[in-house]
Amino acid sequence: MKRWYKAGRTALILAAAAVLLAGCGGALDPRGDRAQDQYFLIMLSFGIMILVMLVVFTLFFTAIIRFRRRRGDTGDPKQVAGNHRLEIIWTVIPFTLILILASFTVVYAFKHDEVIAAEDAVNVQVVGHQFWWEFNYADYGIRTAQDLVLPANTWVNVELTSADVIHSFWIPQLTGKTDTNPGLTKTVAFKTGDPDVYLGKCAELCGEGHALMDFKVVVKNREEFEAWVAGMKEPAPAPATPAAAAGQEVFGNYCISCHAVESDKMSLGPNLKGFADRLTVGGFRENNDMWLREWIIDPQEVKPGATMPAFGDLLSEEELDNLIEYIRTLK
Amino acid sequence: MSDVHAHAHGGELPPEPERATLDGRNRILGFWMFMAGESVLFGSLFATFLALRHSVMGGPEPKELFSLPLVALATFILLTSSLTSVMAVQAMHRHDNRRIQLWLAVTVALGLAFLILEIYEFVHYVHEGHTFSTSAFSSAFYTLVGFHGAHVLFGIVWISLIIGQLMVKGLNVITAPKVYIVSLYWHFVDLVWVFIFTVVYLMGMMG
Amino acid sequence: MTSEEKGVTSVAHAYSATVAAGTRRGFWAVLKDWLTTVDHKKIAILYLLGGTFFFAIGGIEALLIRYQLMFPEFDAIPAQLFNELITMHGTTMIFFVAMPLVFAFMNAVVPLQIGARDVAFPFVNALGFWLFFLGGLMLNLGWFFQTVPDAGWTAYVPLSGADYGSFGVNFYVMGLQISGLGTLIGAINFIVTIVNMRAPGMTFMRMPLFTWTSFITSVLILFAFPPLTVGLVLLMFDRLFGANFFDVTQGGNVVLWQHFFWIFGHPEVYILILPAFGIISEVVSTFSGKRLFGYSSMVFATVLIGFLGFMVWAHHMFTTGMGAVANALFSVATMLIAIPTGIKVFNWIFTLWGGKIRFTAANLFAVSFIPTFVMGGVTGVMLASAPANFQFHDTYFVVAHFHYVIVGGIVMALLAGCFYWWPKMFGRMLDERLGKWTFWTFYPGFHLTFFVQHFLGLMGMPRRVYTYLDGQGWNTMNLISSIGAFLMAIGVIIFLVNVFKTAAKPADAPSDPWDGRTLEWSLPTPVPEYNFRQLPLVRGLDAWWLEKREGRTHMTPAEPPGPIHMPSPSILPLWMSVGLFIAAIGFMYAKEPFSIGFIRFLFEHYVIAAGGLALFFVCMIIRSLKDDHGYHIHPEEAEGEAAHQ
Repeated sequence: MKRWYKAGRTALILAAAAVLLAGCGGALDPRGDRAQDQYFLIMLSFGIMILVMLVVFTLFFTAIIRFRRRRGDTGDPKQVAGNHRLEIIWTVIPFTLILILASFTVVYAFKHDEVIAAEDAVNVQVVGHQFWWEFNYADYGIRTAQDLVLPANTWVNVELTSADVIHSFWIPQLTGKTDTNPGLTKTVAFKTGDPDVYLGKCAELCGEGHALMDFKVVVKNREEFEAWVAGMKEPAPAPATPAAAAGQEVFGNYCISCHAVESDKMSLGPNLKGFADRLTVGGFRENNDMWLREWIIDPQEVKPGATMPAFGDLLSEEELDNLIEYIRTLK
Repeated sequence: MSDVHAHAHGGELPPEPERATLDGRNRILGFWMFMAGESVLFGSLFATFLALRHSVMGGPEPKELFSLPLVALATFILLTSSLTSVMAVQAMHRHDNRRIQLWLAVTVALGLAFLILEIYEFVHYVHEGHTFSTSAFSSAFYTLVGFHGAHVLFGIVWISLIIGQLMVKGLNVITAPKVYIVSLYWHFVDLVWVFIFTVVYLMGMMG
Repeated sequence: MTSEEKGVTSVAHAYSATVAAGTRRGFWAVLKDWLTTVDHKKIAILYLLGGTFFFAIGGIEALLIRYQLMFPEFDAIPAQLFNELITMHGTTMIFFVAMPLVFAFMNAVVPLQIGARDVAFPFVNALGFWLFFLGGLMLNLGWFFQTVPDAGWTAYVPLSGADYGSFGVNFYVMGLQISGLGTLIGAINFIVTIVNMRAPGMTFMRMPLFTWTSFITSVLILFAFPPLTVGLVLLMFDRLFGANFFDVTQGGNVVLWQHFFWIFGHPEVYILILPAFGIISEVVSTFSGKRLFGYSSMVFATVLIGFLGFMVWAHHMFTTGMGAVANALFSVATMLIAIPTGIKVFNWIFTLWGGKIRFTAANLFAVSFIPTFVMGGVTGVMLASAPANFQFHDTYFVVAHFHYVIVGGIVMALLAGCFYWWPKMFGRMLDERLGKWTFWTFYPGFHLTFFVQHFLGLMGMPRRVYTYLDGQGWNTMNLISSIGAFLMAIGVIIFLVNVFKTAAKPADAPSDPWDGRTLEWSLPTPVPEYNFRQLPLVRGLDAWWLEKREGRTHMTPAEPPGPIHMPSPSILPLWMSVGLFIAAIGFMYAKEPFSIGFIRFLFEHYVIAAGGLALFFVCMIIRSLKDDHGYHIHPEEAEGEAAHQ
């Protein structure tokens, strides 16, 4: 088979694959710089490997079809010790292919280890917990959790660490993953894409709740992002309704020991400033009253392994309703 | 195996009795392989120590703890014991059973002296607040040096048992490889100590 | 005939009798025989049985995993149990299935292939088996106490450590230390055997490929297992004795564990695959009727793979934040391994090329190994690129990759080895038709299970997740994957049916059913206890084939007939392993608040632990002090044996 035909056919397969696979999302639908580089590498290595497989499979199937023993053919075939030229060819060609892949690999390895010092880059400190994500913006004095709000098409430096076991910070459509290690810090950079909501996942087994330790990356345009920052810095508004005020009292009795409601305060559990605007409850369930209620009553039912205690037995129905109404004021 | 363990012909032992049988040669080669594995084992413990040696976490510093004179004495004792084990093997090549036992007994005594010094050293450290659980450094220290000490103890028991066997069965092509191998072991343990002395104590004093 | 000689003959007869016709002796006599054997051929069968037993357990764990993942947000298996299942599945399959099955074939075949009467250290060989078996029991003990290891087969700290780890991890830490010791001494055994005990004329470059790969594998084990042992010891010290190796609050470092684990873990996968390569080389060349193409470069490639295998461990750690220099170096080193591996693949294809290929069941498995392993290998090269790895790592892409090389590679090779060597090990041929049914269910099932997982990984599905949310586009592929798993289970069941059916047949297989090329086929079936009446003279590569094609029906002997010295059986290996088992329990439960005061006292003061260790060391001392004179089989008896064959 002519080499150009094989290469052309390979290119066609790859192009078709790219179109088809983009519908699959994740790393195959890159929306940020880093993810796009990684996608290129994936496709390059895939292309080289398809080429290799075509050659090997062709030889293999030819061999096992053509050289089956014919019925009644009992003699020995010719005993061949080796063939020097062939052995050189199938050492040199793979070596060359690997040289190509290795070159791109080395270049990107260094490129992707850079921290971006751009003026408009956003710096976020990420702390992995069992089983939620803490996001702190020291430059703005903001602490938040679960929703990582970022401006569009901007470089972000995330400083990664963990409060307990090893987790791994991963946003497939924007960047590859980096582990969050307790006792150590690692900073990686990635560029956000256009305004959208991107899925984030934990990618290192961290206990019971690992499978559900998702987070959302909420990319807004610049003005909206600035507005969000400003909003987070504002103190929480006083509760407007009596129910919300009652809920605030419940919150003060049960929740405040772990959850802060001002963005400049540290807390054991997720900081709840702006919770009402967040996309999820527990990081992966839709943020509506039903799921919020389920969560407060028994967090482990929603997310196995969750470290928040269950309040179903401690709160009456009325207290729960008031609490939820109060939480809805945390904008 | 049809080349059966060679029986002494007319009481004459061959010149290198430890290599006279296939079984003897197998044991010696096998033991070299074992020591290769043990080298990687101790290498891993050294790597751990090197990685964690600065994580003192407020406990006593190596400089404050280590007493080089004591450690130097222990080193001298252990190195001498290695020499005496060589003498034992040389006696074996001269087929002098009594001398083998003598030199091995001296080796055991020196090994015991080393061990006693090391136990005294550890007890002292514990009183200084340097315990197994004090810090990552202390855990690494006791694990590395302790493993070595355990190897010394094992060697002492092993050599003693061989002295016993030599007394009861005499020197023959079965007991000869045992003498040779335990001597190899003892050299290995000594060599590991040289590295410990350098990496743990000397480097510890330098900071 | 003296009574000693009579006794000896009856031992030899009893062996063949057991193999040939089932139990003629009483149950207890047979049990004692198998519990005390130091015969490499019997130990091989013990490893085969042990490996198969744990394969059943690991397989059930796999089916439960795939059952839970059939549907999004399925609630068949809760998260904690799921984490236990994936941990046990991985640990069991690697340490207690793949390794023992590899050791089974090494034991059954290597001494025969080099023309030796046994391995260098038969007692140590038995000890290796019992340590493996007791280690496997230890690992699974947690099921009975409802506290099972759950931190993954990789047991990363701090998840497996003193602060966040469950009690179950102790069974992992102890079980692997015990079995690891067994593996290590097994490796030393094979190195010495291969170096010192080859028959006259068998130079290194005349050794069969399976022996070569067993040799390199043993060297890998020798250097790879000590770091694992050290890692486990450090973890054990943290968990049980208050050490601080991995406690960051006390200055410990969590990445240290990963280095130890993978300095072991990467060579480990080459330890698994190299013997598989050896099996493929033997089977493919036999059933093509051709010598192995490029023998010297096959040997060289094996050595290179073994060596490079130690240089690449951190490709499992690209995402830990080691930095660009480390990542780049390990990427390049990893990709380089593809070259000697590729050499081997081409050599197998060109062994087939120009041959007269017979598609027996054994060869069906061996031949399909080639494209399947290539698929697994190329995803390995994709993973090797560190920047891309940041997307692949800890996703189903990795799961797909390693199952392709382990199941599509190693398991296929092991099945080929079973069908190939069964007649030599058991005196019976496995049923060819059932073998082909096994292949045609297991192999397609395998592809169905794991091919789709490449895409799941690329689409963002992490590994070790007990469930997945609806609406991510993963539902169909997970369902397909689970269906494939059940198909594989059917294939395994058909294989087990084959084994049982074959066991009921008389042991009348021919001694050389495949027109084999290597020395094991020159021996009668069943193989006499002493293997070779007289050590053979080896005159070239494929020594047996050489003699046959020059018209001979037997190997030329290299020595005159004489009395054959055999080692004595011993119960000590079993006791030593039990001793370590007890000691491990003693250490694990030292702080357990037992209700019965006396039992609590025994554990708290480490009496049980000390007792177990004492048992171990006392047996060691007994072994050392008591000379094993063995027993002799005399040539006239041996000739009598031969006449019966």
